[in-house]
Amino acid sequence: MADVDDGAAAPVSEPLDLVRLCLDEVVFVKLRGDRELKGRLHAYDSHCNLVLGEVQETVYVVDEDDDGEETVKTIHKKSEMLFVRGDSVVLISPQGTS
Amino acid sequence: MENGSATQGEGRDPSGFLSEIIGSSVTVKLNSGVVYKGTVNCELQSVDGYMNIALEKTEEHVNGVKKRSYGDAFVRGNNVMYISAD
Repeated sequence: MADVDDGAAAPVSEPLDLVRLCLDEVVFVKLRGDRELKGRLHAYDSHCNLVLGEVQETVYVVDEDDDGEETVKTIHKKSEMLFVRGDSVVLISPQGTS
Repeated sequence: MENGSATQGEGRDPSGFLSEIIGSSVTVKLNSGVVYKGTVNCELQSVDGYMNIALEKTEEHVNGVKKRSYGDAFVRGNNVMYISAD
């Protein structure tokens, strides 16, 4: 019963099924430490380890200048292929719908 | 849920609550303080033993300010502080 049954037609009965439906689609991934990724989901597992392709990474950095004023800076990085360790994943969402 | 029947004798089991609120409108707060709401209707699609959550029609609020919305969203269980049925 608890075994992973990879029926292709299975509906969303457990949360990770939602991730399965995103395979080969472009997904938005929120990570710990104010980082976001957008890329094509090639693979995932139950730890939420992910393999993403054509990735755009956005990092939000809070900058404090001399007057103590805080500004949020965004840094963009691109990678062709990325392995993401599951423990830093916060949220995964299919891009088409957001 | 395998565990449900074993402990059902006295007191209820939190997993009973979780399966009860599937399909209803919920507010989910993460340890980071980010809140996934509720107000319009974010519906709970499913929960598993890790407290991983699938949400539908979700609004993301940071410090009370709406930041984003998602049609579908998967939230990894370790980030969850609470799940509240609206």
